[in-house]
Amino acid sequence: MKSFVFPEFQITRDEEKCGQCRGCERQCSFGTHTYDPVADRLISDEYKCAGCQRCVIFCPKNAIVVRPTPSFYRPNASWSREKLDDLKKQAETGGVILTGCGCDKPFRIYWDHIVLNAAQVTNPSIDPLREPMELRTFLGAKPDLMDISVKEGDVEIKTKLSPNLMVQTPILFSAMSYGAISYNAFRSLATAACKSGTYFNTGEGGLPREMREEFGRCAIVQVASGRFGIDAEYLNCAQAVEIKVGQGAKPGIGGHLPGEKVSLAVAETRMIPAGTDAISPAPHHDIYSIEDLSMLIYALKEATNYEKPISVKIAAVHNFAAIASGIVRAGADIIAIDGLRGGTGAAPKVIRDNVGIPTELAISSLDRSLRSEGIRNRCSIIAAGGIRCSSDVIKAIALGADAVYIGSAALIAMGCTLCQKCYTGKCNWGICTQDPRLSGRLNVEIASERLSNLISAWSHEISEMLGGMGINALESLRGNRDHLRGVGLYEWELDVLGIKGAGE
Amino acid sequence: MPRIRRELCNKEICACSIFGAMNRDAERFTGAGVMKAIANMHVRGNGLGGGFAAYGIYPEYKDYYAFHLMFTGHSIADRISAKKELEAFLALKFDVVYDEEIPHGDEATVSDPPLVWRYFVLPKKQGEESLLSDGDYIVGKIMWVNTRIENAYVFSSGKNMGCFKGMGYPEEIGEYFMLDKLYRAYTWTVHGRFPTNTQAWWGGAHPFSLLDTTIVHNGEVSSYGTNRWYLEMYGYACTLQTDTEVIAYAADLLMRRQKLPIEIVAKILAPPIWDAIDRMNEKEKKLFTTLRMVYAPLLMNGPFAIIIGQTGRMIGLTDRIRLRPITAATRGEMFYLSSEEASIRLISPELDRVWTPNGGEPVIGELNSMRKV
Repeated sequence: MKSFVFPEFQITRDEEKCGQCRGCERQCSFGTHTYDPVADRLISDEYKCAGCQRCVIFCPKNAIVVRPTPSFYRPNASWSREKLDDLKKQAETGGVILTGCGCDKPFRIYWDHIVLNAAQVTNPSIDPLREPMELRTFLGAKPDLMDISVKEGDVEIKTKLSPNLMVQTPILFSAMSYGAISYNAFRSLATAACKSGTYFNTGEGGLPREMREEFGRCAIVQVASGRFGIDAEYLNCAQAVEIKVGQGAKPGIGGHLPGEKVSLAVAETRMIPAGTDAISPAPHHDIYSIEDLSMLIYALKEATNYEKPISVKIAAVHNFAAIASGIVRAGADIIAIDGLRGGTGAAPKVIRDNVGIPTELAISSLDRSLRSEGIRNRCSIIAAGGIRCSSDVIKAIALGADAVYIGSAALIAMGCTLCQKCYTGKCNWGICTQDPRLSGRLNVEIASERLSNLISAWSHEISEMLGGMGINALESLRGNRDHLRGVGLYEWELDVLGIKGAGE
Repeated sequence: MPRIRRELCNKEICACSIFGAMNRDAERFTGAGVMKAIANMHVRGNGLGGGFAAYGIYPEYKDYYAFHLMFTGHSIADRISAKKELEAFLALKFDVVYDEEIPHGDEATVSDPPLVWRYFVLPKKQGEESLLSDGDYIVGKIMWVNTRIENAYVFSSGKNMGCFKGMGYPEEIGEYFMLDKLYRAYTWTVHGRFPTNTQAWWGGAHPFSLLDTTIVHNGEVSSYGTNRWYLEMYGYACTLQTDTEVIAYAADLLMRRQKLPIEIVAKILAPPIWDAIDRMNEKEKKLFTTLRMVYAPLLMNGPFAIIIGQTGRMIGLTDRIRLRPITAATRGEMFYLSSEEASIRLISPELDRVWTPNGGEPVIGELNSMRKV
């Protein structure tokens, strides 16, 4: 059937500059560029272009430009080009439209409507280059009260404390499974996490055996509805266990790793036959209510001898705050909330773009609801979904998060350009693919350096902003909405965020 | 469902002078000396708030909780109606053994004074409340009064002690309440205030107190929002529109309710930095790591110097990087704390020892014998 969808991108090649090296042809896994030996020139098929910019960046002559196509349908406020294209694709295929990465729709980005405070006169700002600036954070349950006995100046703590994760900076790598991303990408995250004093999350695809000893000390292992790759060693080699209930990009939806991506190594790690589809059901088949979740939490605590905090990750949806408080009471030590803009390797586009609520609002209402119930100290909040820079991190913390997960941001550090073609398995950047020819493009040493550079850069920026506010320990900013003001927000939005308008 | 309103509480920002004097033999003395000392730091205040805490001033009522009440409002009628409402509440929840207007001088010397009254009370616990300790019961009732009864504020509530505070320079407040003539205390703490915000009010002056713990504070708490939500979880309502309140409530929570010793409390409010903790021996490392982990929301950030007064004790503490220093001194049985050494020298030219404590290091003065109190 002839497709009536025109190409998304226009490729122009400067023939003067082009040296016919055929680099672009080799770089593009989608087969966009081909060499015509007769004309001795390269030809581009714009229909195949994903707009990932790999060929542009790797062209030694800087001869290629890929830009959004200037072609258009007659402009129509209701029938945007995207709507027309999607509809045509469905008319041609009869299927669900798949996509990758986080929601790209113009829902309000609250980070960009919140401004930070700085100290002036009465409270000296602190220079982080001269004074200590502390970002160390503990994730896990804290007791209501501490029982201390003092005998002749000797202080003894009598309260039994829950296990906590210590991070040197409040930024963790979000769950991205081996299988969804390449081994090299997975290993780069692990390497960088260990180097930067933080944690990576294995996602639901297991942790390859050879990585357990080296990287277990900075791993959070996930238990999801597919229960892939779980054994006692997997749970115990890590520092925390996370039960994945939902994902911001696709709340209410399971996962599906197509058989083509299930290579021998992926199959071994996931403990499934090679080449079979790895399907994570939408619900956990043993969790149909809160008490079932509690049983799983305690089963994992038993399996790990009560030595590791248990996290529960849920998608931020309408009444999630009440659910989260139930989850805390069910025994979870950490709640990870993933908002509307959370990323994914593959999700139905209609779900990604329409289900869930923004992370910013979610953090604030969760923090407030736990505080009003007096159980905020019984869990830590890790916020995920749409964290793009250090100021997003610091705003998340001032809204009440203990730390953040970054997924897309970490992938971008490694080379991702958010082309949203993750689900094809053809990632030219070697990140979201199991094709050894492509994944080999990602050098673990370089990629992990880029990741730890990112963590270090953001941590420096967070220190600068903290010092500017006259605060020298991150814990003094947690839930401290006094340091935030809203600009251009409606009253109800300020209410939900719990912040004043600028100038108020 | 009703919409949850934004957290619009304001905190005021102020710079200040603080002074404390204690006789460790529990010899009681008038407020004349401390008034002179604080007047010497006149320029550190701007006349928008001053106050005193005095320990040992009500020996004849020492077994009763002394409530100092402030009835504000624009008109006399507002104040009277607040007083009526308060007294109806007191009659229900307490046995009032004696009450009177707090004696004061000419109203013309200070601006817009509220009606200030004192009640000596014992808790009258009923039903389930009889399981509560006196302290928890009283704190609960104070929070109720301060949030529910319009224009009525309990600003002092300990036994055998009292706070006196208001708008004006501290020496003016001292004269207004005649502290140099009517009262003799073994510990006096004083505060002169320089709020940057002109909407100062009588309730916003220092000291802040809960039961017998009083705080005078110089500085700004930049962690206020964090401290406040944590304290709210434990039932403390921050109503006085100032950051010092959170220090008073934190001290109450940690010292009275959790019974932690002051040395530990100091390490919660102004903990050592992680680099220092990492260099400690295993035992200390574990203790300080645990304290910081559990009590992270009670870290007081930003510059501060505080004097905490309690029955039989006076404690000085600065923030952990000493952005606001404090001077400590002793002379015989006298123990002094002050923003400036000159003020101490003014009333006690000869001193045995004068020093500036390190950031986060508490200086603790205790009565030699509690029996004299």
